[in-house]
Amino acid sequence: MRYSGFRVIAEALTGHKGWKPVWRDPDPQPDYDYIIIGGGGHGLATAYYLAKEFGQARIAVLEKGYLGGGNVGRNTTIIRSNYLLDGNEPFYEFSLKLWEGLEQDFNYNAMVSQRGIINLIHTDAQRDAATRRGNAMIMHGADARLLTRDEVRQMYPWLNFDNARFPIKGALMQPRGGTVRHDAVAWGYARGADQRGVDLIQNCEVTGMRIENGRILGVETTRGYIGAKKVGVAVAGSSSRVMAHAGMRLPIESHVLQAFVSEGLKPLIDGVMTFGAGHFYVSQSDKGGLVFGGDIDGYNSYAQRGNLPVIEDVAEGGMALMPAIGPVRLLRSWGGIMDMSMDGSPIIDKTHIEGLYFNGGWCYGGFKATPASGWCFAHLLANDRSHETAKAYRFDRFLKGLMIDEKGQGAQPNLH
Amino acid sequence: MLIHHPILGPRDAQEFVYLGDASLIDRPDGMTAGVDAFHDYLYNRTNPAGEHQELWYHEQGDRSWLVVTRNTVTHEITKVELARDVARARGRTK
Amino acid sequence: MTQSHRIEGGQIDRSKTLRFTFDGIPYQGHPGDTLASALLANGVRLMGRSFKYHRPRGPLSAGSEEPNALVELRSGGRQEPNTRATVAELYEGLTASSQNRWPSLRFDAMGINDKLSTFFAAGFYYKTFMWPKSFWEKLYEPIIRRAAGLGSVTREEDPDAYDKGFLHCDLLVIGAGPAGLMAALTAGQAGKRVILADEDFRMGGRLNAETFAVGDSQGADWATATVAELASLPNVRLMTRTTVVGAFDHGIYSAVERVSDHLPTPAKGKPRQVLWRIYTGKAILAGGATERPIAFENNDRPGIMLSGALRAYANRWGVKAGERVAVFTNNDDGLRTAIDLQAKGIDVVAVIDSRDGGDLLPGIRHLRGADVIDTSGKLGLTSITVRQGNGRSETIALNALGISGGWNPNVNIHSHHRSRPVYDPTIAAFVPGQDGPPGLLVAGAAAGQMSTHAALKTGRDAAIAAFDLTTVPDLPQAEDAPVKITPLWHVAHGKGRAWIDQQNDVTVKDVQLAKQENFTSVEHLKRYTTLGMATDQGKTGNVIGLAVMAELTGRSIPETGTTIYRPPYTPVALGALAGRSRGREFKPFRLTPSHHWAREQGATFVEVGNWLRTQWVPKPGETEWRQSVDREVLATRKSVGICDVTTLGKIDIQGTDAGAFLDRVYANTFSTLAVGKCRYGLMLREDGIVFDDGTTARMGQNEYVMTTTTANAVTVFRHLEFCRQCLWPEMDVQLISTTEAWAQFSVAGPNARKLLEKIVDQDISDAAFPYMAAGNITVGGLRARLFRISFSGELAYEIAVPTRYGDALLREMLAKGAEYDPIVYGTEALGVMRIEKGHVAGGELNGTSTALNMGLGKMVSKKKDSIGMVLSQREGLTDEDGYRLVGVRPVDPKASLTAGSHFLEKGVAPMAANDGGWLTSKVSSPHLGCDIALGYLKAGDRKIGQRMRIVNLLAGLDTEVEIISPHMFDPEGERLRG
Repeated sequence: MRYSGFRVIAEALTGHKGWKPVWRDPDPQPDYDYIIIGGGGHGLATAYYLAKEFGQARIAVLEKGYLGGGNVGRNTTIIRSNYLLDGNEPFYEFSLKLWEGLEQDFNYNAMVSQRGIINLIHTDAQRDAATRRGNAMIMHGADARLLTRDEVRQMYPWLNFDNARFPIKGALMQPRGGTVRHDAVAWGYARGADQRGVDLIQNCEVTGMRIENGRILGVETTRGYIGAKKVGVAVAGSSSRVMAHAGMRLPIESHVLQAFVSEGLKPLIDGVMTFGAGHFYVSQSDKGGLVFGGDIDGYNSYAQRGNLPVIEDVAEGGMALMPAIGPVRLLRSWGGIMDMSMDGSPIIDKTHIEGLYFNGGWCYGGFKATPASGWCFAHLLANDRSHETAKAYRFDRFLKGLMIDEKGQGAQPNLH
Repeated sequence: MLIHHPILGPRDAQEFVYLGDASLIDRPDGMTAGVDAFHDYLYNRTNPAGEHQELWYHEQGDRSWLVVTRNTVTHEITKVELARDVARARGRTK
Repeated sequence: MTQSHRIEGGQIDRSKTLRFTFDGIPYQGHPGDTLASALLANGVRLMGRSFKYHRPRGPLSAGSEEPNALVELRSGGRQEPNTRATVAELYEGLTASSQNRWPSLRFDAMGINDKLSTFFAAGFYYKTFMWPKSFWEKLYEPIIRRAAGLGSVTREEDPDAYDKGFLHCDLLVIGAGPAGLMAALTAGQAGKRVILADEDFRMGGRLNAETFAVGDSQGADWATATVAELASLPNVRLMTRTTVVGAFDHGIYSAVERVSDHLPTPAKGKPRQVLWRIYTGKAILAGGATERPIAFENNDRPGIMLSGALRAYANRWGVKAGERVAVFTNNDDGLRTAIDLQAKGIDVVAVIDSRDGGDLLPGIRHLRGADVIDTSGKLGLTSITVRQGNGRSETIALNALGISGGWNPNVNIHSHHRSRPVYDPTIAAFVPGQDGPPGLLVAGAAAGQMSTHAALKTGRDAAIAAFDLTTVPDLPQAEDAPVKITPLWHVAHGKGRAWIDQQNDVTVKDVQLAKQENFTSVEHLKRYTTLGMATDQGKTGNVIGLAVMAELTGRSIPETGTTIYRPPYTPVALGALAGRSRGREFKPFRLTPSHHWAREQGATFVEVGNWLRTQWVPKPGETEWRQSVDREVLATRKSVGICDVTTLGKIDIQGTDAGAFLDRVYANTFSTLAVGKCRYGLMLREDGIVFDDGTTARMGQNEYVMTTTTANAVTVFRHLEFCRQCLWPEMDVQLISTTEAWAQFSVAGPNARKLLEKIVDQDISDAAFPYMAAGNITVGGLRARLFRISFSGELAYEIAVPTRYGDALLREMLAKGAEYDPIVYGTEALGVMRIEKGHVAGGELNGTSTALNMGLGKMVSKKKDSIGMVLSQREGLTDEDGYRLVGVRPVDPKASLTAGSHFLEKGVAPMAANDGGWLTSKVSSPHLGCDIALGYLKAGDRKIGQRMRIVNLLAGLDTEVEIISPHMFDPEGERLRG
């Protein structure tokens, strides 16, 4: 069924009797052409584009919990394409362009809202880096502006301009950056995939891979063995665990990232803002909560919960930047598992096992990548070659010395 | 988190800096090993869900590097050793 | 207004009267009141509006679970949104305003949403607002954003102080009701260090709200006496107004103490709140239970509240919520309310008991097998409609209704490590499950032990179990009534709305729609309907919501399960989490030894990490920073300049293997360095990228002194310790950071030696102390270090003295060398001179550049093993066409350059495919008379002498430049050997 304002009104007037399930709950078939492991944002987007853009069929998504229960359901909802390096920027700009047409494409209002993102600048070195980055963005077809201190002050006069330890000196702005209602992304892709015949199978955990003669035949699951011609893995924080079924060790560590939401407030912050002198970034949701976060806890973890020092560190950054928010209350914190890669950039690549493909290493930036990640992974699965914008995301880049290291931190995942 | 430092007793993990898998102790010899061996050493990780031996540095303390055995699912710490002792036990010398 | 609804009794101090205002109207209350109890005492039931439908709302509860009675407290920078009136302690002069309404609480224009509610079903917004595409951001979303949110903050700075503290104990007891008091008493008498924390301003928990006896006294009096006994124990710390909000790893809990929230303003020198980090061996969760309502049509009107809250207002605060009161219950606890209220002389018009059969309460109209099916009263309850067991409906006029749907144990803290609570059908509620935080025990109602006796006993037992105690206090006598409940989650009747999550306006219909659309997982239910996502975190609504979903899907309640409980238990002010780290105190300042001198001169400072370094030192008459910087550069190159370089990292490296160690950690060789000499060193990361650089001097056979960049002082030291302890544990090498131990000054310029000769005690002639010499010297007898090294390209030295003599040394150099007109230069002039010389620094040491990129490829020795040597040889890092460091100057000397600009060949479009690299650092060179820059240019080493363009698309600049050698000033290095 197609959603529209007319449908909402018609249903409202007839007691909402006509709304249909947004997805089926099919039992798994004995085999598929494609199995996508992971029913989060990237897995669902992959299945959706495989069916819609690449004309493939006999596709299943296997999800160990509930659809959209991974990082797509637990993030700070930011979209942007303000990357520096050639390996990244075309991909993220492709993703941003997909966001811009997504809702009409999958007929679901994911509330894509390009209210702008600003990265605050506090030092001359940061301004130099922002200049380099902004120019790179524009050269890749994205949008960027360098704001002066006064321009920032006009936007947010109540930030700490006059009594700051690290005074604000300007900002790099991407006007097309913004936020998206994260759960709706998962649901929109799930609904679109389901409508195109993709079997979305929840509560189905992959427990093994059947591999013979260097080729994958299918996967063992908590709901039985399922055969597949091709298997794509898109499981974010669980990447190492799942790929261990294929005997692979990855250039990835799993780390916990906490995020936070405040009680609902009347409008305070229009766009997205990152503090440049501490670990703090923030936006305000359409519901009124300040949605914010900071750095990862910094130790390997699968616990999906974090510890107090980071909570305090994030609040300190928030108060340093916004001295008015002292009375605002933190409502809820949560922890998600990030697949932190060795250079801070993702992997979308074949493996040495024929028919087994991998998508992961998104660190804590996977949400904004969702549409392009799905598209590019679907491209790889369908065509056996990388999409033009994702060709740098190879496993062998570490062997060859072709790292994509935006932060310049080297092979230490918790610093990216 | 609390780390029971083998010399200093229980200390808040906030005093420490985390590096990663204790396999980083097992650096190949640069005069004999090549890029492949160093690549595997530096970049690939087992990244287990469960018991994990990992390196923590007591930066706000006595500057010891420690090998902490910690469960990455429960965060329970079952063993803390001086990294130098572990390195020696693994045969590292000069 | 008089306190029309105040009745006898309660734990308020009637000898004192407090004045306060709500929406500008003055009222009176007493110490011991909350804002909600005081407003109710004044006959005010309407206190708020709901989030989506703007329904009029009064308090549902008498505690921290409150979803409805949210107000803005105080004003100005102290204005606090979404404050639960039910926990806001009354103080003299309190001002509160209603929120999320316009123009007034009684008449809220947004109440139109309620009339249109059928259009605002769960998730309706996901299905519309998509056409035309541009309207979402231009029209729909701005309207939604303006309407959203609850309370507001002003944009003024929060004037209050917050603090942090650390506590250590053997036992943390969370909650000071009967279980918590008994636990604390048991452990306290056994000599354990106990912290007892309670969110309330009065300890006793539910005993304060009940009429039960404990032992020979009223429960509240027993609590008071027990608190007094605990207070007499030196090993027990009692913390009221302190909410334990989170359970973290290894026995660490966070708690927020509201030190001053019950005062008009904090006392002088006192914080508003304190965030405590509590380290404890064991903890006992005795946080009680929270009553839940029953969903039925229009169950959200002001005057409808939880049965236990109705009872608490009467018993604890001496307040009747209405003159005519009824109770709707599915369990025996609701009957207590009717009994207590009637005993207080309140007219209990009916008890509507959804359970069939059983005994009837004497003297009260007790309807068995009956339900409340509807209510009326626009701004407050005026009547209810009751469906009796025989099917007959009856309307009863009243103005307060208590609802009891059963009590949910407060399992939250126990579930902060993601332990899933388990359903206990005997109390029709979830109780703590397995795998809670290690060391955390649960007692009392939080454990599903609902009677007073059970609370006292399990509290004591938990303390015994925690410490294997043998000597324990006696248990006082107390009621031990069993829980008698027949679950009823919602009354299936009619087509109207029955609220589950009152704040977010989630109704039974929304759950039904979620089921219809297959959002049946409890997580999908939450996310799709927003159930439990309001400021109360679903404390009263969540279990009802999942129970309704269980009914609809035919699954059991345990199969349906709960969502995850996450910290904080109740919302926490961000100010408390930040503590003192805000404003100028966000991070500590590190001051250089010359800071005070520079301040006296009116110097400008710049933040370099936490350091504050001198940026330039203006002279009288200089109005532009360029004047000062140019003068500093010219004066240095002409005569002599002094720069404080203390911020550079300094590491003493000693031991018989020190030289071999340096050979491993530096790409180049140091074991061959002669004693008394220094050498530039290049340090790589293991991945072959340049990590850091600096000079290292050999002060003795087994003694080296390493310098690092300011930025990497800490990380280099950490890395060296890693190498020493983890990689080569048998090497005889010791490290110590001496960054803070030595004040170090660069003295540079043609007259540098002449100036220093007036300072140092030794012969430092070129023969005695040649270029790259290093040594221990004395300055007027004081131990010092001297290095003949140069960052500026001039004849230069770095002289170091113990830090506390740094200021004196600087003043001495300026005074004794006065004949050479020495100047002090800052980081800007330092930058000019190093870029003129082509030395790499922060802009070039960017964490992605190799030695080859910097033109230093030959420094990486392949003859020895060193960190990064092997991986630096990977193909991606040895590309012949890769970036190379170049110098850049504009063809038009008047043109300006900007760091971060990109290289383009002439005539090509500014596209990524044509991107040649970027400018890493730029300065204006007074010697060359133009802007100069360093940059990384693809195949730059083969482009020296060529002309290219530099573009800055952010500023619309496109400048023709010449690519030159990075060594732009005195390339032969004649000056520094002078």
